[in-house]
Amino acid sequence: MAPKFQGVDFYDTDSLLSEEERAVRDTVRAWVDDHLIPVIGEAYVAGHFPKQLVPGMADLGLFGANLPEEYGCAGLNNVAYGLIMQELERGDSGLRSFASVQGALVMYPIYSFGSEEQKKKWLPQMASGTVIGCFGLTEPDFGSNPGGMITVAKEAKDGWVLNGAKMWITNGSTAHVAVVWAKTGAIDDAESIRGFLVPTEARGFSAKDQKGKLSLRASDTSELVLQDVHVPKDALLPKSAGLKSPLMCLTAARYGIAWGAVGAAMACYDEAVSYAKTRLMFGKPIGGFQLQQARLADMLTEITKAQLLCLQLGRLKDQGKATPQQVSLAKRNNVNMATEVARETRRLLGANGILAEYQAMRHLANLESVYTYEGTHDIHTLILGQEITGISAFA
Amino acid sequence: MKIAVCIKRVADSETRVRIGADGKSLDEAGVKFILNPYDEFAVEEALQRRDAAASGEVVVLALGPAQAQETIRTALAMGADRGVLLQADRVPVDGLEAARALAAELKDGGYDLILFGKMAIDDYNHQVGPMVAELLGLPCVTTVAHLELAGGRGTAEREIEGGVEVVEFPLPAVLTTDKGLNEPRYPALKGIMAAKKKPLDVKPVTPGAGGVVVLAMTPPPERKEGRIVGEGVVAVAELIRVLREEAKVL
Amino acid sequence: MSDVLAVLEQRDGVLRKVSHEVVTGARRLADALGGTATVDAVVLAAGAVQGTDALGGFGADKVITLTSGAFGAYAPEGCAMTIAARATTGGYSSVVFAASATGKDLAPRVAAKLGVALAQDVTDLAVVGGAVTVVHPVYAGKALLKLKLTGTPAVVSLRPNVFTPVQRPKAGAAETVAVEVPAGRVLVKQVKAVEAGVLDVAEASIVISGGRGLKEPANFKVLEELAAAFGGRAAVGASRAVVDAGWRPHADQVGQTGKTVSPTLYIAVGISGAIQHQAGMRTSKFIVAINKDKDAPIFKVADYGLVGDLFEIVPKLAEEIRKLHG
Repeated sequence: MAPKFQGVDFYDTDSLLSEEERAVRDTVRAWVDDHLIPVIGEAYVAGHFPKQLVPGMADLGLFGANLPEEYGCAGLNNVAYGLIMQELERGDSGLRSFASVQGALVMYPIYSFGSEEQKKKWLPQMASGTVIGCFGLTEPDFGSNPGGMITVAKEAKDGWVLNGAKMWITNGSTAHVAVVWAKTGAIDDAESIRGFLVPTEARGFSAKDQKGKLSLRASDTSELVLQDVHVPKDALLPKSAGLKSPLMCLTAARYGIAWGAVGAAMACYDEAVSYAKTRLMFGKPIGGFQLQQARLADMLTEITKAQLLCLQLGRLKDQGKATPQQVSLAKRNNVNMATEVARETRRLLGANGILAEYQAMRHLANLESVYTYEGTHDIHTLILGQEITGISAFA
Repeated sequence: MKIAVCIKRVADSETRVRIGADGKSLDEAGVKFILNPYDEFAVEEALQRRDAAASGEVVVLALGPAQAQETIRTALAMGADRGVLLQADRVPVDGLEAARALAAELKDGGYDLILFGKMAIDDYNHQVGPMVAELLGLPCVTTVAHLELAGGRGTAEREIEGGVEVVEFPLPAVLTTDKGLNEPRYPALKGIMAAKKKPLDVKPVTPGAGGVVVLAMTPPPERKEGRIVGEGVVAVAELIRVLREEAKVL
Repeated sequence: MSDVLAVLEQRDGVLRKVSHEVVTGARRLADALGGTATVDAVVLAAGAVQGTDALGGFGADKVITLTSGAFGAYAPEGCAMTIAARATTGGYSSVVFAASATGKDLAPRVAAKLGVALAQDVTDLAVVGGAVTVVHPVYAGKALLKLKLTGTPAVVSLRPNVFTPVQRPKAGAAETVAVEVPAGRVLVKQVKAVEAGVLDVAEASIVISGGRGLKEPANFKVLEELAAAFGGRAAVGASRAVVDAGWRPHADQVGQTGKTVSPTLYIAVGISGAIQHQAGMRTSKFIVAINKDKDAPIFKVADYGLVGDLFEIVPKLAEEIRKLHG
C-alpha cells in the first residue's frame, strides 16, 4: 500500500501559505491518496475515467472552488484553487482536467458571462457534481487558431440554431450541458463569437468518445457534433462578447494547469527519490551513483522554481493583477519542466519505469497532452514574444 | 446532544524522528503536525451523534501550545461547533496532569458524552481518557470500535485478545475511540473556510509538574544486519537450520 | 516499604498467560529494589482461578485471589476500586499491570485513583537511585523514552511478550479473600469469542503475517497451516493492505495503525515491508521474510530472508516444522 504523499518543499513554501491554504491542500492530498491513487493505474490502462470519484470530489467542494459561496461554491482564493489543482494532478492529469473543465471552463464562463438566472440555475448543481459540463471551443481544423472556428449560431424565431463540430472536448460524452462557442455573424468575424449553454440531450447534439488515445486515458475526450441544434433565447451567455470571452476561460484554466503540472512533477520526483534510495545495483542503492544524483538535483531545482512561480502568480491573481501573459509564462514553464521530470523519472526507474504500477510513464504520457492543450507550448512562446517585443509572430 | 471531544496535536507518524539537542525530546524542525488520527474517529462520532439528535453541539478541546489552534480548526472544519484551547507551552509528560487540566475544563460543561481517541500516536500512552473519567467520576469504556446509543444508555464493543467485549453503560460517559468505529470525513473546503468564523477560546493553563521525569530519548537499537539464506523451496532446510542453531527459536 | 503488587488477569476462571510476564516484571522490580521486597500477585475473579499455583515459579511470594460475584466479567470500576484500595492499604512501592487490552484500560483508572503517574506499555524496568525507571517506545517505535517515576506507588504496565517469564524453583503462598464490590455502572454483558483458542497477535510468541503477496483471501490458509504446525504458539497477522481490502480482520493487523507486536519469531510472508508495517514488528526478536522480490524492503529489516515463491516455500516450511515437533 502506497504511503501517504509528503509533498516536496525544499524552500519551505509552506511558510508562505496561510493556514486555510495549507488545510485545503492537505485535505485534497489525503483524498487523492485514499481514493484516486488506488484506482488510477487500472483506470488508465483500461482507458476509463473513474466517474465514481465525482461525488466525492463534489462533496469536498473541488468544483469551481474559487467561485463565490452564494452559488454553492467554496469561495476560496486563487492560491487555494491552485493547490487543489496541484494535488489532483499529483494523482493524474486526467482527473485534474475534469476539475479544470468543470470549474474553469464551464462554471467560470457561466459566472462571468451568464445572467443571474443562469448562474442560479447551473452553478449550484455543478458545484455539487449533479450536472457535469464541457467546453466546446476547439474544432477539428481550428486548434491554435480558435478565432477561425466555423461553428455557427443563427438567430431563429424563438432562439438559436447551432451547426458545427468540436473536437478534443474533455467530459464531452458525460456532460449534461456544453458551453459551445459559435459565430453569430460572418464566418470570418471572430468578434461575433458568443457562448451558448447547450443541453447535451438536445436534438441534433451528439458526443462520441475519441478512441485510440495514448495519453489522458483516464479522461473522456470527445467529438461533439451539432446538427441544427435548437436552443432557446436564454441559452445565450448574455455577457459573452467575441473571442476574448473563451480566451478568458482558457486563461483561468491555464492558471490551474500551471499548478497542476507542479503536482505531476512532485509525484514523479517523489517516486524517483524513493526508488533511488531502495533499488540496489552493484551492491548499493542507485541513488548513490553520480548520474542519478544529477537527475534528482535537476528535478528538485525545477520543481522548487516552479512552486515559487505559481505562488506569486496566485498572489497576483488574488490582487486582481495577474495578466494572461504572466499565466502563459507559468503554464509554459511548468508543463515543460514537468514533462522533463516525468521523463527523467521514467529513465531512473529503469525497466520498472514502463510498468503501470509506477506513476512516471503515465504522467509522462499525460503531460504530452497538457503540453499541447490550453495553448500549446509554442503558442505561449509567441504570446510571450509578442509581449516582450510588441511584434506578433503568430502568422 | 452536548458532546466534548478532546483532541491532540501530534507529529505525523510518517515523520523521520530526530532527537533534539536536549537528548530528551523530538527535534521539531521540519516536522509536520496533524490531528491525532485516533481523535478523528472521536470527532466523527461526535458529529454523527449530534446530527442524528438534530440538536446539540460538539465542542473540541485541546491541551497544547498556541499552534494547537490549527489542530482545533481542523476539527472545526470537519463540523465541530466551537473550540477551546488550554494553552500550555508543553503537553505534560505525565498523563494525569494532562487529565487534570482537561477535567477542570470539562467539569461543568454538562456533556452527555466526552470522547477521546484511544491513544496519541506520539506518546502511545493510552491513558488520558480513562483518567479524565476517573477524575470526573464518570463511567468510561475504552477502545470503542462500535457504539449504539438509546434512551440515555449506550452499548459499546471493544476488541480484547481473542474476542470482542460487549459493554453497557449509562450516559453521561467518557469513551475512547478505536479504528473501525466510523469513517472520519475529510474537512470539506467550505468547512475549512467556515472554521475561521467559529468561536475558539484560548485559556492559558499551567499543568502541574507531575510524577514523570524524562531522562532521555534515544533511537531504538539497530538491528543486526540480516541475510538472505537462500532461494526457493530448497532453502527451507537451511532456514530451519539457522532458526534452530543460530537463533535457537525452534 | 518496597513491596511490589502484580495485577494478574484471568478469563473464565483461568489465569491468562500474560500474568506470568507481569509476575516476572514485578520480580525484577522487587529484586532491584533490594532487601526484603516481596511480590504479591493479585487476581480478581468470581471464584478460584486455575493456574495460580504456577506463579511462585515465576517469582510471586504470595498470590491473593480476591473474589466477588462482580468479577465474573471484567468490571472496570469494581476492579479499579479494589486494586487501588489494596495498593494503598498494602503500602506497595509499585503496582505492575500487563499492557493487555484489559490492563491498558484498568491501569489508568487505578493510577488516577491513587493520584499518581502511569508508565504505560513499557519494555524495560529498573530502579535507579531508589526510583523506578522505565523504557517506553514512542513515535511508533522510532524512539525510546527513558522515564523516571517519582510518585508512590510507581504504576507501570508491561508490553506483552517482552518480559520473558523465567522459571525459578520457588513456591509461593496462596490466599483467597472475598471482597465487597459495589455494582459498577459499566457492565460487560458478553464476550464474543472470535474463535476458540485463537491466539492474539500481540500475545503470541510466533507471528506469521501475510500481505498482498498472498494474492487472495482464501490463500491465507497456507499461513494458518504454518501457524498450526507450531502447535498453538503461533498467530496469523496481516499487513494493512489486506486488512483494508477486507481479507483479514483489523484485530490481526500488524503495523502503525494496527498492533505493535514483539514476538520471539516474526515471519513476514508476501509483505513488501513498508515503513508503517515495520513500525509494528521491528522489535521482534527474530524476523524472517519470505518474498519473491529480492529487492523488497522487508529484507532490510529481516534477520533471515528467503527469496522465492511463497506458495512453494510456506507449505514446505510447515511440513518441516511439523516433522520437528514430531
